[in-house]
Amino acid sequence: MKKFIGRTLAALLAIGSVSTAIADQFDDGLAPSYYDTFKGKKVVFLPLAMSFDLPQVWAKAMETQGKRLGYDFSVRDPNWSSDAGAQALTTLITEKPDLLVVHNPDMQVYARLLQRAQKEGIPVIQINLKSVATTDAYVGVNWYEVGLHQAKMAVDACSPAAGKSGKIAIMQGTPTNPNNAITMTAIEDTLAQHPDIKVVSSQSADWDATKAHAVASTVIKQNPDLCAYVGLWEVMDAGVAAAIREAGKTGAIQLITNGGGQKPACDNIENGTFNGYVSYDAIGQARDLTDAIAQVLQVKAKPGSQPYGIYTPIKDISRETMRANSCWTMEDVAAAPF
Amino acid sequence: MSASQTERGRGGFKLTQENIVFFIALLLFIGFSVLLPGFFDTSNLLSLVQNVAILGILGIGMGIVVIGRGIDLAMVATMALSTAWTVALINRGFGTGEAIGLGLAFAAAVGIIMGVLVAYVEIPAIFATLAMSTVIYGFGRLALVDLDVIYLPDNEIWLRSISNSFLGVPLPVIWFSVLAILAYLFLRFTKWGRYFYAIGDNRAAARIAGIPVRPMTVIQYLISSIIAFGAGLITASLLASVNIRVAQSTMVYDVILVVVLGGIGLSGGKGGVRNILVGTILIGILLNGMTILDMPFTMQNIVKGTVLLIAIIVDSLANPRDEQTAQQGDI
Repeated sequence: MKKFIGRTLAALLAIGSVSTAIADQFDDGLAPSYYDTFKGKKVVFLPLAMSFDLPQVWAKAMETQGKRLGYDFSVRDPNWSSDAGAQALTTLITEKPDLLVVHNPDMQVYARLLQRAQKEGIPVIQINLKSVATTDAYVGVNWYEVGLHQAKMAVDACSPAAGKSGKIAIMQGTPTNPNNAITMTAIEDTLAQHPDIKVVSSQSADWDATKAHAVASTVIKQNPDLCAYVGLWEVMDAGVAAAIREAGKTGAIQLITNGGGQKPACDNIENGTFNGYVSYDAIGQARDLTDAIAQVLQVKAKPGSQPYGIYTPIKDISRETMRANSCWTMEDVAAAPF
Repeated sequence: MSASQTERGRGGFKLTQENIVFFIALLLFIGFSVLLPGFFDTSNLLSLVQNVAILGILGIGMGIVVIGRGIDLAMVATMALSTAWTVALINRGFGTGEAIGLGLAFAAAVGIIMGVLVAYVEIPAIFATLAMSTVIYGFGRLALVDLDVIYLPDNEIWLRSISNSFLGVPLPVIWFSVLAILAYLFLRFTKWGRYFYAIGDNRAAARIAGIPVRPMTVIQYLISSIIAFGAGLITASLLASVNIRVAQSTMVYDVILVVVLGGIGLSGGKGGVRNILVGTILIGILLNGMTILDMPFTMQNIVKGTVLLIAIIVDSLANPRDEQTAQQGDI
């Protein structure tokens, strides 16, 4: 009996202390309304697919933030199908969540739906791939900047002035894809200023490492003095790397690529597979995204009336500039205070 | 196959699709050798064959099924998911042998299920395997691997070495050659091989003749699934990673292209390993030449599509619909 009374008292005390904690939120003029804003809100994420690092990082960050601030977070995974994505978006417009976070498969496919969602009063944040429709916020990389950095690395590494052959090859993904199209424009603009650099091949491998391998192995054999390969995504460029390794030209042909900066990228820089890497730091993007969610939900502007962008700061990583914290792991994401 | 179907040409030259495709391949080969500097080069020719070796290996598996008048649209999904699981298991600390054993068991189970669906449940092969392809991918994503791309660890030396080269010849080319010889011997000289032709040619007649039609059909899909697993291991070794998205790509159509282009008719019962080799070589020469020419992606697709279309037109001219095919229907 003594024990029972003791436990009951302890439980009552505990409940009391929790409720006092909430009631006693220090009023600095903003904090109480800040926390109130998120209670019971519904945030939905529509990724390209949940099966690769970038959406997993962003989703984990939103989940953590949702738990901390008390909003309900859910994911609709269309698994690379833009049709399934468009359907999910249409259904969501009728379900009216408080905020939509959308990862676009290309520039056009969701554009009208995103505008319709905003007309129906749902704010929309686009992440890393922006459609032609401008919504409440865009959080993500400026692909043009990525292209400029990659092209500059190639020029620096291959300039005939520095005794190199000046020959580079480019491995594209899908030409119609927005990041592909924008990055290529930047590369072309840069190379136009460097007539001594010659592009010996500019082929597409549809983001597929096997195709990239086949193309690169042919191109490397055709151009024994090739100086660098510029690839547009690290996953596809695993194929280019394999072709370079096979030809015994690791280090002789520089491989310059881009990606979200997860640990395998740094491993590949360390072991000489990638010589230059433009990272758009997905874990940093995740923080930008959670901040944008906090902002859009607090400001409560009419959806679409005050669009803004948070363009990801990018960093160039090479073996020389790499540091212990240049890349991140999923454990870092799980432990991060979003 | 009746004599009238094949011997349409004059002067002893048989106007078969295989001959026509071989002739086109030869023309392209000579043309590229003369016009493209660097094409007729031992190292380029080796890379040409290496680049289509995986496609050729899958083509042999597909060819065996098509000869038995079936089709395996799940082949690429089986390849991707069984290998991805193997590599994922290695990453989780399993021994290479155990991981390969489990991957192989998964591929075999997929083959047997498909075979049973086609042979015993009597679902048309095209639907059974199409549905299975989605099931394999979905199940794989749900239960076996959680990422699209799984990297092969650096210390996995044995598995990495199966795509090295031997005396300057890339190992994938050697695996392709060995498999081609084995498949040739199997189809030509074994009882089971002959059964496949009989079943493909006329299922009902084969059954009356006492051939165990249903078990043989299961074996066909088992073989194609196991070959798919082998092709997957070689690809994983070559690229040091597995990308399961290939399961949703158009690669399975490339495999069918290789088979049909070489002249294994989709109505079953004819053709052999030689047809697959011819088809594979033509695609290899085309892809290699177009890459050297730095031809844009869309243009390459148009050329590939046109070649397939021409092959189908030639096939329908060389092997016109007759009483037998009309009765049996296509797959």
